Amino acid sequence: MKILPPVSIEARRLLPSRWDMLAAVLVLAFIILFADASRSLVAPLSSVTGTALNLDPALLPGYAARTAFRMLLAMGLSLVFTLAYANWAAKSPRAGKLLVPLLDVLQSVPILSFLSVTVVWFLSLSPGRVFGAELACVFAIFTSQAWNMAFSLYQSLRTVPDELAEAGRMLGLNAWSRFWRIEAPFGTPSLVWNMMVSMSGGWFFVTLSEAISVGKTTIALPGIGSYIAVAIAQQNFAAVIYAIIAMLVVILIYDQLLFRPLVAWADRFRIGDDQEDEAPESWALTMYRRSRLLDLMTTPFEHMMRWSYRWQPPSFGMRAALREADSRIADLVWYAILAALGSYAAFRIWDFAHVNLTWGDLGQAVGLGFITMARVAVLIALVSLIWTPIGIYVGLRPRLTRIVQPVAQFLAAFPANILFPLAVSLIVMFRLNPDVWLSPLIVLGTQWYILFNVIAGASVMPKELRDASDNFGVRGWLWWRKVALPCVFPYYLTGAIAATGGSWNASIVAEVASWGANTLHAHGLGAYIADAVQSGDFRHVVLGTAVMSFFVVVLNRIIWQPLYWLAERKYRLT
Amino acid sequence: MTEMSDNLLDVSHVRRTFPRGGGEELLVLDDVNLVLRPGEIVGLLGRSGAGKSTLLRLIAGLARPQGGSLSYMGAPIEGPAPGVAMVFQGFALFPWLTVLENVQLGLEALGLPQTEIRTRALAAIDLIGLDGYESAYPRELSGGMRQRVGFARAVVVHPNILLMDEPFSSLDVLTAENLRTDLIELWGSGKLPTKGIILVTHNIEEAVLMCDRVLLFSSNPGRVSSEIKIDLPQPRDRTTPAFEDYVDQIYVEMTARRVERMRQAQAAGSAGIALPLTHVSPNQVSGLVEALAVAPYNGKADLPDIAYEQELEVDELFPVAEAMQLLRLADVEGGDITLTHMGKRFADSELNERKEIFSRALMSHVPLAAHIRRVLDERTSHSAPKTRFLDELEDHMAEDAAEETLKTVVSWARFGELFSYDDDAALFSLENPT
Repeated sequence: MKILPPVSIEARRLLPSRWDMLAAVLVLAFIILFADASRSLVAPLSSVTGTALNLDPALLPGYAARTAFRMLLAMGLSLVFTLAYANWAAKSPRAGKLLVPLLDVLQSVPILSFLSVTVVWFLSLSPGRVFGAELACVFAIFTSQAWNMAFSLYQSLRTVPDELAEAGRMLGLNAWSRFWRIEAPFGTPSLVWNMMVSMSGGWFFVTLSEAISVGKTTIALPGIGSYIAVAIAQQNFAAVIYAIIAMLVVILIYDQLLFRPLVAWADRFRIGDDQEDEAPESWALTMYRRSRLLDLMTTPFEHMMRWSYRWQPPSFGMRAALREADSRIADLVWYAILAALGSYAAFRIWDFAHVNLTWGDLGQAVGLGFITMARVAVLIALVSLIWTPIGIYVGLRPRLTRIVQPVAQFLAAFPANILFPLAVSLIVMFRLNPDVWLSPLIVLGTQWYILFNVIAGASVMPKELRDASDNFGVRGWLWWRKVALPCVFPYYLTGAIAATGGSWNASIVAEVASWGANTLHAHGLGAYIADAVQSGDFRHVVLGTAVMSFFVVVLNRIIWQPLYWLAERKYRLT
Repeated sequence: MTEMSDNLLDVSHVRRTFPRGGGEELLVLDDVNLVLRPGEIVGLLGRSGAGKSTLLRLIAGLARPQGGSLSYMGAPIEGPAPGVAMVFQGFALFPWLTVLENVQLGLEALGLPQTEIRTRALAAIDLIGLDGYESAYPRELSGGMRQRVGFARAVVVHPNILLMDEPFSSLDVLTAENLRTDLIELWGSGKLPTKGIILVTHNIEEAVLMCDRVLLFSSNPGRVSSEIKIDLPQPRDRTTPAFEDYVDQIYVEMTARRVERMRQAQAAGSAGIALPLTHVSPNQVSGLVEALAVAPYNGKADLPDIAYEQELEVDELFPVAEAMQLLRLADVEGGDITLTHMGKRFADSELNERKEIFSRALMSHVPLAAHIRRVLDERTSHSAPKTRFLDELEDHMAEDAAEETLKTVVSWARFGELFSYDDDAALFSLENPT
């Protein structure tokens, strides 16, 4: 199956369009609005504030269950968001123009920024109760999961084979049932894959989202994330180990009971005849399929869906599409609203910036942005150098692939930041330079994307090409340069794009790491944002976020997109 | 108006355009008229790009015309109408549904009771010869069986009109023939629950074998150039002289117009760059020249014969024959292809001489090739970007036609070593790597 990278790859232009600008302005203004509102709201104190969590390991299963449930809830929300957003973006040409760049920008905003500007607002929803904090936490996890899922479904919706879509219409399916019976199944394999990636993203930020610390607001919701945060603060090494074990168990349970069955089930939605690789299997799926109870539970739902397919007039979708194409007035209204919204947003940004920020602030943030960029670039290059050859070596050996591939995927799902305290204690012990030695933490969790994509690429390398190069005695460096590397290039790229995006986000937790009272700081935009959040300095949160988004979006446009199209044109083997 | 309601389908003066860059429009169907009466199979025959499939999609209600009208049983077509079903070239089966579920889908959309859905689906599966395959997934079936599912899915809704979009063209020869025969048999026995069929095809023999009437389409823009009534009883025998006469007649009609257009373009000098070219590799040209030069043809062949003996589909043969005509290596006239003097010399030559002949033919007979060469000669850098010519071509033809035309000229010029092209830089030049 072809996995698309989670950035917009449709537009093949370098220069930002008006729509990109509008998207950036809207997101930034949204953050500013919330930041402003947060300042005026008084942070309510509640039962979860300040009270340290009990580190008794016997309580861990309970904490783990709560965390697992939050993750599931956020995943559910992400799925709902994905269905709505992707459909809207794909079906309405008018909305799509804005929604796609908007997703690009949203994706580049660090999760911590979302959390920091919204937490006070969420808390104000139910003063004095845990409920608001729970909402803030679930929302934070949601922001780490939703965007790439929406991208995945959007891209699937745009690439439904014409004949299938036409067959659906000829058979008289209405828009609603066309979605559920044609488009959604078609998008399922890629969506499931992205849900797994999203889940890893959620785990990575679980500490941040449960142990919320924004300015004077400190909250520790009962869960694994808070447990780890407390364990780190108390320098309780044993507790960290317990937490890691608990987390591994939860990840494993998710894998066995949710994702493996999903992957096995989604396999039937693949388009194409290739049956060369064995179909994914799952004992849990077999169990679900044979279970009477589950059957009983799902049957009413199935009936409801079946009934709903007949529910709208058959030509609903097409009439709507025609109407939209025709009406000039609606166009005018839509653009007028957007222009007004954009102007207001721009005004808010200007208003905010010129009261709160100086050019010096901007210069400082951009300078730090370049430092973080250099860090990300060097480390991605470094791990590419390490993992690409290893990935190719593994991918060409099916037996080895079967062992290594799941491990790599598991490592990608494992929140590497749990290991940060260990790094901190080592750096402190050996008195190393944090600017250099904190850097590897940025790619600790994201490097696996590169590894397993390269393995996937190498394992589908055509046997004939390998035979041909053997036959002509192509060996050594020549073989790497002319045969192996070009073959895996498109796959490597997908991995590298995901890894780079993740690394920018990870810089926020990696450039500031602590173990007990020891807190190490590296210079960089990640540390800048993390510190600003910690001290509740919204001016710098907003500035740092804007600069980071700018860096990520611009780099995607000028480096990754052109490379992606080069790979598509020149190196795609099909 | 009363006589109209007897027809299953009335298409009159239909015009369809596609938007093109710069607010212009490309005309793909112009003033097309078509009537389908009960009990008829009507074939739409033409080269790819002649707008046959576009017309079929208009009839299906999947697209709307810019001018003219379409009506189904007297009512205007404004969207996919119940009672019009389609069989697709690429089958268009849903890979996640079993054979039975695929067949049932259209009935479920009609909101029929569950028991009726089941009995009708099983009956259709039985009729089309899919018994035993009900629970198989499409990917487990061969191409022929998959298209049977496509047929079953279409006839299960008891359509008044069955639309078929090149339904046999992605099947191998034997399977296709087997499926055609079965279909004709069902149709003849009256078991097929449908009143009329429209078949889109580019296969001349298939059209003569199956249809009561054949509409020939000419390209750019798509028009119905003539209508041929096939007055043969079913089942038809491909080897009878009457059958072969029909095939010959269609060959003649289909080549004459194109050849005439080509002559005009060549005579028009540099204005002739507006002639769209279909991609044909120089190897295919060489291959056909060689085949023609030797026995049994000895320089002259009947197009249907050589298509049959060289195992070429019409869509493969025509472009090669036309390229030979364009390059003046052969004459295509009255359903025959004859090698010219130059063609014979080409056949007798070694590779280097062939390249030279090819190169000279390009300069004197292919206005676009000569034009590019002239521009490259005139420029001091001896190079020009692809867009320079692509933009020029797009003034005269659609975007993909322009791309294909340019691609064709590049491949011919490479063989003739007339100029070279670097795809990475998208640059034409006179330099060859030394």
